[in-house]
Amino acid sequence: MLQSTEVLREKRPMRIITPTVQVRSPEPTTSQVETRPCIVTSKLSAYFGETAAIRDISMSVPQQAVTAIIGPSGCGKSTLLRCLNRMHETVPRTRVEGSVQILGSEIYGEGTSPIAIRRHVGMVFQRPTPFPTMSIRANVAAGLRVDSKSHADRGATSEIVEEALQRAGLWAEVKDQLDESAMALSGGQQQRLCIARALATRPRVILLDEPTASLDPLNAQKVEELVYDLRKTVTVVIVTHNMQQAARVSDRTAFLLMGELVEFASTRELFTAPKDPRTESYITGRFG
Amino acid sequence: MIGFTYLAAILATLPLVLILAHLVRKGASSLSLAFFTHMPGSVGEPGGGMANAIVGTLMLIGIASIIGLPIGIGAGLYLAEKKGTPLASTVRFLSDVLNGLPSIVMGIFAWEVLVRPVRHFSALAGGVALGAMMIPLVTRTTEEMLLVVPTSLREAALALGYPKWRTSISVVLRTALAGIVTGALVAVARIAGETAPLLFTALGNQFWSTSVREPIAALPLQIFTYAINAYDEWHRQAWAGALVLITIVLIISLAARFATRSRFGAPVD
Repeated sequence: MLQSTEVLREKRPMRIITPTVQVRSPEPTTSQVETRPCIVTSKLSAYFGETAAIRDISMSVPQQAVTAIIGPSGCGKSTLLRCLNRMHETVPRTRVEGSVQILGSEIYGEGTSPIAIRRHVGMVFQRPTPFPTMSIRANVAAGLRVDSKSHADRGATSEIVEEALQRAGLWAEVKDQLDESAMALSGGQQQRLCIARALATRPRVILLDEPTASLDPLNAQKVEELVYDLRKTVTVVIVTHNMQQAARVSDRTAFLLMGELVEFASTRELFTAPKDPRTESYITGRFG
Repeated sequence: MIGFTYLAAILATLPLVLILAHLVRKGASSLSLAFFTHMPGSVGEPGGGMANAIVGTLMLIGIASIIGLPIGIGAGLYLAEKKGTPLASTVRFLSDVLNGLPSIVMGIFAWEVLVRPVRHFSALAGGVALGAMMIPLVTRTTEEMLLVVPTSLREAALALGYPKWRTSISVVLRTALAGIVTGALVAVARIAGETAPLLFTALGNQFWSTSVREPIAALPLQIFTYAINAYDEWHRQAWAGALVLITIVLIISLAARFATRSRFGAPVD
């Protein structure tokens, strides 16, 4: 359990290059020789009861880039995302088949704790989910406090809180009200607070499940800009059913249809020269 | 139709208003500092108080809460977390049955289990009977309060790497806490005035006692004893006792409302 999570820690040098745990993208493209994959799924299927929500998905998500997952409602894009931090299994009567490796560690490996995985793979949901009983500061620090090993002193925690809020572009707006309730913030601010909360544990990967769907255009734009900037420091996977958004923020885009990965290519390629006719119909608005 | 509902709404509050007015008229004159600090006097002797009964009632409430609150909140947490399981459905159903059980039956049960084997009435037996009455009340309000906490909050905590139990306690339970506190206080207020379960458990006591293993005085019992006697002085004392009891219940109810208000900024009702 520890072994697998150690690799995910940001502070440590990456161990992926050591020969024993080397991971390769199944089909390395010439433009990608430099970037090693961050997440590699192979033959990943996820079920609700007997129904498969996603089937045999094999893809490799590059590091420090934004990968968008698009597709019509019910195509399994959220399920795919929730398999990447083992949130899928929190719903009763679900199961996952296949494998997901993050930075070379199999997250569905025997003895791997989902809790440890989730501490290193942040997630933000469609609706803002600040904890209503906690202050802004406590919300940002919520993920730190739960990790018994990082019971850091107050000074260090407040530094981390500030850094996370800075990265989420919220610091200037809330720095004078850190001890007030998070519920006093606007919806857009609450969503950026949730991003700050996810960033505070310094994850290597952050998963965004339609993060702007419940926001007004102005706030949605702020979150979008934030996502664009995040690629410098973390690997971002974003689910969206807004194709323009995918085109604006992502480096690579995956198109899912009825639980299957139809096409996965660089965003430019997918939107300008899709290989699959189904992708073309979807992006030209013929269905969806 | 609107006129009828208006009338009904007024009539619904009428009993409380009448009772309060009557109690104040009959009982207020016997209320004095001595009533709270003195022991009951002998027959025919003026004055005297219900100090032992007031303390006894508070002790019984305390014992009942020690038993009823943890079990009730724990069971409510289980019902909310495992809502679909057969055990949860069974517990929920039995809890509703227990809630409808006549309080005198609860008294007989406590007598059978805690009084008869030791051949001794006790405060503990009374507290257990009241505590058992609290359990279903607290269980169901806790469950209801937990179920209104959005699933998205639970998911957010899990996604941050909270273990399941930690999610339940520090996020779900904490978010629902104000509602649970209110439910607990309502349950306390509900059992504070119970008489029947105490008749053959706590029994009542004319003397000062704070031992859980001895019979103990309680306001409802003292009111009952005084009210069925023929002495005018005791009748006045009974009215005063009733006024004190209803005041205690009122204070607890107000505290319940306050607990809700201060957490969320507005009452959840």
